Amino acid sequence: MLLIRCPYCEMERPEVEFKYGGQAHLTRSPQTATDEEWTDFLYFRDNPKGLHAERWRHAVGCGRFFNCLRDTVSDKIVTTYKSGEPRPSSA
Amino acid sequence: MKFSFASLARQALRGHQDWPEQWRSPEPKRLYDVLIIGAGGHGLATAYYMAKEHGVTNIAVLEKGWLGGGNTGRNTTIIRSNYLWEASEGIYGHAHRLWPTLSQELNYNVMFSPRGVMLLAHNHHDEQAFRRHIYANQLASIPNEWLTPEQAKEFCPILNIDPGIRYPVHGAALQRTGGTARHDAVAWGFARAASARGVDIIENCEVKAITRDASGAVSGVETTRGAIATKKIGVVSAGHTSVVMAMAGLRMPLESFPLQALVSEPLKPVMPCVVMSNAVHAYMSQSDKGELVIGAGTDAYVSYSQTGGPHVAISTLEAICEMFPITSRVRMLRNWGGIVDTTPDRSPILSKTAVPGLFVNCGWGTGGFKATPGSGHVFAHLVATGEPNAIAAPFSIDRFRTGALVNEATAAAVAH
Repeated sequence: MLLIRCPYCEMERPEVEFKYGGQAHLTRSPQTATDEEWTDFLYFRDNPKGLHAERWRHAVGCGRFFNCLRDTVSDKIVTTYKSGEPRPSSA
Repeated sequence: MKFSFASLARQALRGHQDWPEQWRSPEPKRLYDVLIIGAGGHGLATAYYMAKEHGVTNIAVLEKGWLGGGNTGRNTTIIRSNYLWEASEGIYGHAHRLWPTLSQELNYNVMFSPRGVMLLAHNHHDEQAFRRHIYANQLASIPNEWLTPEQAKEFCPILNIDPGIRYPVHGAALQRTGGTARHDAVAWGFARAASARGVDIIENCEVKAITRDASGAVSGVETTRGAIATKKIGVVSAGHTSVVMAMAGLRMPLESFPLQALVSEPLKPVMPCVVMSNAVHAYMSQSDKGELVIGAGTDAYVSYSQTGGPHVAISTLEAICEMFPITSRVRMLRNWGGIVDTTPDRSPILSKTAVPGLFVNCGWGTGGFKATPGSGHVFAHLVATGEPNAIAAPFSIDRFRTGALVNEATAAAVAH
């Protein structure tokens, strides 16, 4: 079970309080997107073996979405940060 | 050496000292006609059928770990074909028809046991969905039938059908021809039969890069055991497909999640069939050793850790204890995770790619074991001829652009 720090509540809480929200920093394609761009946005994902920026929601806490940088091999969380902030450098 | 009564008798007289190795472990050659990346059941089956049906024998199957050590050795061995859509009935039905004679085909006992797979309906919506599946399957000549709670209990006597429990049994869909097989034996049987036809199986050989020529076509791979040239690569790497395809600069419509399973201490025979529950994401059968084999859910997040969180397995066990009260004091011996590559529509991808010479067989998600022989059979055709046959054609990666999805949200008959 992951221990996740909610950047809004500023508390580390067990994973069962949260809902996973998929890959972070995806930008919705504009109306002018080609079929390929739209397909990419809807279905294609990085799925990396290593650091992954992903969304979580503190579902039974503050209810807010935030982002998390996690290693998908060790499941170790590097950091969590508020929605709208850029992905931190992985250092 | 062919396994037969005569060979068994001969070896018995010699004290079983002369059994040969079941497949060769050659050094990799520098050039192959075809490379298959991943020596799990699907990859080995692909190599076997390429050698047998397409006359391609200069093949190597590259495996970063040991043969059958990924999801082939980690799944709950369930075989069934009662899917909703015609495309799915096509490929899973094709696989299901290969299982009954697979032991004879491979001269290797894969212990296929069609003991029946029963899917429990716990509410009105489950019942509607299952009846829809049953009618669709009947149109496709795929056996699937509806059982009342009493009939379900008759089929699996340890089932609790008390209407007052948290997940009451409203009825069940039963595929009597479904069942289980010995998962390791499937990998070993395909490996042995493929090796006998000249296929090189190279273990401990991790692919580090896919090289391409000036036209962009595949020209070979760099591995931990040196460079190997080839014009055709079939990627059959399950949870690691995104990692391998990234070596050719391709992104995939895949996410890799840990899927957990558990086995109990061995018990006397108590479970005559396979029971699956969609709503609680649990399935159970009993192995020939007597262990209860229990499939749990996937963790929510992308991971390659092959473990998963304990709360996922615990929620499954809570439901199992209620559905099968005799399990409430049974000890669990082992718990593990396998990394499953899931697609957005929960159907596999068997496809050419944008890179000439590169083919991919992936996205089997939480339910690939049942498809092993069929998947290998149609993927062998795709790699050998360069074009999919009618069974594989609906599973092109292009469906995510055209919108012709094969939406099997119940691919493992479990909630997603």
